[in-house]
Amino acid sequence: MELLGLSLAMLALFVGFGLLIGVLFGFFGMGGSFLVTPALLVMGYPTRVAVGSGLAFVFGTSVIATLKHRDLGQVDYKLGLLMIVGTTAGIEVGKEIVVHLEGLGLAGSIISVTYVFLLGGIGAFVTYEALKGDSGGGIDHEADTDGPADADDIPDIAKTIQSYRVPPMIDLRGGVTVSLWMILAVAFATGLLSGFLGVGGGFIRMPALFYLVGVPVPIAVGTDLFEIVFSGGLGSFLYALDGGVDLSIVLPLLAGSAFGARVGSAATSIVDEDDIKIYFGLMLLGGSLAVAVREIGSVYELPILNRVSLALILGSALLVSGAVVYSSITALREERRTSSPSVE
Amino acid sequence: MIEVGSLGATLDAATLIGAVLLEAIVLYGVYGVVEQLLGHRVVDRLRTA
Repeated sequence: MELLGLSLAMLALFVGFGLLIGVLFGFFGMGGSFLVTPALLVMGYPTRVAVGSGLAFVFGTSVIATLKHRDLGQVDYKLGLLMIVGTTAGIEVGKEIVVHLEGLGLAGSIISVTYVFLLGGIGAFVTYEALKGDSGGGIDHEADTDGPADADDIPDIAKTIQSYRVPPMIDLRGGVTVSLWMILAVAFATGLLSGFLGVGGGFIRMPALFYLVGVPVPIAVGTDLFEIVFSGGLGSFLYALDGGVDLSIVLPLLAGSAFGARVGSAATSIVDEDDIKIYFGLMLLGGSLAVAVREIGSVYELPILNRVSLALILGSALLVSGAVVYSSITALREERRTSSPSVE
Repeated sequence: MIEVGSLGATLDAATLIGAVLLEAIVLYGVYGVVEQLLGHRVVDRLRTA
């Protein structure tokens, strides 16, 4: 029996894969194209279809996750719109750099090396912060989203950026006040990397909103997702113009991720990310290693390394989404024990 | 690949993206209702299990 031109087994695989990604997307505001596109490529879909369908899927999932974060009051629309302006400009410049490097015949290798070091660098930084465990800029999903941010919760780099009081100053949710130019500079830098690497950029933007601008993590995640609605929508539309979006891939993936995104988004108000951020860092390190392995495979023409790369990506994603669900359940039980001491 | 008609490429692309958006909104609503109906029961079961 077939549905949407897919066997039931393939359909179940896509729905399950969507569920996994939805949890990560809802919780971290990242992980869409980073996971879907390589998986579709290894499954044998043409690059255009893998990238276009991945973007369309990211667009749909970000709509769902943004709606959920909006319900939780975790989207700063003003910051989101400013980020879109800066990011769009950065993406254009990033693309121009790629075109220039292609002319020199250096694009592929430089992009891959940058991707590996960037993913690995952010992963190592987040893991280090988690292991350090003294908060000092640690991620806290339970941070207050309306009142002024606790000075101890604001990372040092963000404090420095916030200290540059170049008018006009913009008031953001979470009691954060930052110069408009600083927001645009951060948005431009993340857009530049996004356009240069050809990725959605959630894994760059979400940490940048927290570590550089200083907004609380729940708002960083919600606002990042809001921005992805626009970038994912535009990107998938452009690919759809060339027939690069396959609905038989996108629809089942979305059916799974819609549920996963609800679980992930809801978990942001339950889980203390101190329990989770080490996994987030390790997932990025796993992603970095996966890209490195894939590149080595293509240089030495070893197709088996493509599968090893996919296994690394999927394994990291499974580990982290499992940790999110496990920590949510543990937090709920802990909450019950705290509220009724006699249970002990 | 699913055919969405033989209109211009722009309209085809807009229809595809519209279909994805529609599915996202419908799923958000449907899962929202399911969450309202069953969410508390599931959370209570997880707390006590």
